[in-house]
Amino acid sequence: MTATATEQDQTIVEFDVRTDEMLINMGPQHPSTHGVLRLVLRTDGEIVAEVIPHIGYLHRCAEKIGENLLPIQFIPYTDRMDYLAAMNMNLGYALAIEKLCGQQVPEKAQVIRVLACELNRIASHLVGMGAYGLDLGSFSPFLYAFREREMILDLFEELCGARLTYSYITIGGVHDDLPPGWLERCQAFLDYLKPRIDEYHTLLTNNHIFVQRTAGIGVLSRELALSYACSGPMLRASLNREAGDPEWDLRKLEPYCGYDSYEFHAVVPPFPEAPTGVVIGDCWHRFYVRMLEVVESIKIVEQGLKRYRTATGSHRIEPPRHLPAGELYLETECPRGAMGFHIVGAPGKQAVPLRVRAKSSCFCNLSVVGELCKGCLLADVPAIVGSIDLVMGEIDR
Amino acid sequence: MNASEIVAMLESRFGTRLLDRQLTAPDPFVVVGATDLVEVMRFLRDEPSLRFELLHDISGVDYLEPDPKKAATAGFTPHLEVVYHLQSFTHRHRFTVKVLLPRWRDDQPGSLPELPSLTGLWGSANWHEREVFDLLGIVFVGHPDLRRILLAEDWVGHPLRKDYEFPLEYHGIRAR
Amino acid sequence: MGWLEDRLEESVLTTTLERAINWARESSLWPMTFGLACCAIEMMATGAPRYDIDRFGAGAFRATPRQADLMIVAGTVNFKMADRVRRLYNQMPDPKFVIAMGACTCGGGPYYKYGYNVVKGVDLVVPVDVYVPGCPPRPEALLEGLLRVQDKVRAMKNLTRGQPLELPVPKRTGQVLLPPELSDADPVKALEKQNAWAAQNKEQAKPTKA
Repeated sequence: MTATATEQDQTIVEFDVRTDEMLINMGPQHPSTHGVLRLVLRTDGEIVAEVIPHIGYLHRCAEKIGENLLPIQFIPYTDRMDYLAAMNMNLGYALAIEKLCGQQVPEKAQVIRVLACELNRIASHLVGMGAYGLDLGSFSPFLYAFREREMILDLFEELCGARLTYSYITIGGVHDDLPPGWLERCQAFLDYLKPRIDEYHTLLTNNHIFVQRTAGIGVLSRELALSYACSGPMLRASLNREAGDPEWDLRKLEPYCGYDSYEFHAVVPPFPEAPTGVVIGDCWHRFYVRMLEVVESIKIVEQGLKRYRTATGSHRIEPPRHLPAGELYLETECPRGAMGFHIVGAPGKQAVPLRVRAKSSCFCNLSVVGELCKGCLLADVPAIVGSIDLVMGEIDR
Repeated sequence: MNASEIVAMLESRFGTRLLDRQLTAPDPFVVVGATDLVEVMRFLRDEPSLRFELLHDISGVDYLEPDPKKAATAGFTPHLEVVYHLQSFTHRHRFTVKVLLPRWRDDQPGSLPELPSLTGLWGSANWHEREVFDLLGIVFVGHPDLRRILLAEDWVGHPLRKDYEFPLEYHGIRAR
Repeated sequence: MGWLEDRLEESVLTTTLERAINWARESSLWPMTFGLACCAIEMMATGAPRYDIDRFGAGAFRATPRQADLMIVAGTVNFKMADRVRRLYNQMPDPKFVIAMGACTCGGGPYYKYGYNVVKGVDLVVPVDVYVPGCPPRPEALLEGLLRVQDKVRAMKNLTRGQPLELPVPKRTGQVLLPPELSDADPVKALEKQNAWAAQNKEQAKPTKA
């Protein structure tokens, strides 16, 4: 009687006295901050044999709603998908609808869009970094990250009135122009933030304990990442510039909103300042790629602030009234990866799309966690899951 | 490579097995049949000049006008479409492949249409196919673990179909 | 307090003791981390330095329901998740309180109409004490919700026989303070002023033609 306990039939018990496979449920409610993710672990003592993620505890029927509402009414629902990077989600959907209808927004709207998206990228990475520290047991970076994030949220509150779910980037541009004095306040915030990044490096990146917990853990090879369609920092941390891999960032490959005219780099390993013991594709690299992306985003925002003063056009043009028949799939670079929107317009002059499909980057990134966690220790599971930087709202939509 | 060259390569290899091609759409695509799908996809993934390593998305669309008065002027016959979005990491080009399916297998309401699974080619196909099965009710033959992913295991119905009726209650909780 | 409830007459000793117990309870309500969706981020921001919830004693977020007495349901509740919400509520020891944070928990929120998988309000699953509307509610709104729960705790009768629980009425009306050009003591005049302002600024708010 050496059959093993399976998820389907738990009445069979293994009688081998040496090893004992346990089924541990890290249920939908847990102290980590990622949201309602359920992980069922099959462990042999401390060593994890298999991880089965269960999702769907936050499925909010966004795609069904998209088939019944006008595009401009659907923008708030895109906010709530990836709520930490709501501006980027709004932008992805707005760009898809505008491209399907063949609209071109004026330059001023594009500059404001870039400013909003990059500031939101900084805020999102700060939360990701803070929450990752919290998962591994260090509370201080979380509080520091939220302190900086509150300043970004103050700037956003002046823009559109909301702290988290903005609905600011709409079809045809942005909802309102920048208020007076916003550019100076934004520049003051960036000057404040730049020395703070070094604080975070001392707290987490070069911290001996943090490096021990993340170096060599959850190594994702490039082939596996491509097979599972991972994107964003998760894929970039597995690439190697010296081996000839390209800078795989959608803002560089398929530029939108004028990103090809801004000077910035897509962050790809190897890093000369990496501590010993880290391997390309492990949790430490995923974390560090996000930290360096914050620096790149600061550069883009500074260029955007200068560019706004000479930008032409208005902040918003009228949205289209009907969607043409036909379909379009557009991907944009969100902080967590490539977010794709597949819009199908119904034949005849319909205002409501036939299908709105949101392909979530975290959905593909999470599907690889089963492969990453094979053979790791139990305490490595939150380290790996935290390094993927999940937002369940995006996965379950 | 641009879309017309990709389609030319496909045509030279598969000829009449490509049911339709559209190069003027915003996203150029080809339509293949359910039986040829795996072979076409394997060619797209492994051919050195194509090398589509990334399967970004499997999207299912239900073409049905639920209001019978508007059905005559809808502009399409009721069917299901499964759209595969591919991208190449080495060559940077994108492509789309579509499969057209009837809404019910053999036109019997209740028996779900079938399509071969692509889990052997790309790892991302696993969860995407589970989601299409969950929300649209298309069975993927050969999938290692085809069960519901977003909705509860004992949910009845496939919500993204246009003729889906919202439930009245679930496990004793009022739903409408 | 279990077997002591409703047994003692109201006297100086018992009412003072009761007030002391209630004060101790309300100043150390320990919430359970039950963040589900976007409202969870605002709950985390309430615990963060700027809107510190710890100054009200509620900063010790316990992960396990066995040690918590306040469940802040922050985020949309699904049918798939509803069973778990009920189970966690049952695992909390008495006296327990529930704050329904956000529009989704108050009544379904933006997913009311076409959300087949959304529970239209978490009060269909657990009994709710305080509803905090907003999408997501500001941290200040969540703190106000916490203060309302504290009012409820302060009015609890654990020991003495006496009047049934009277819910306290907040002192403020909740009306927004408008600038002088938009407000007036007479509500009709105030409305006229606001309509005139809106008509004047209509051109400015229109989107420009493509």
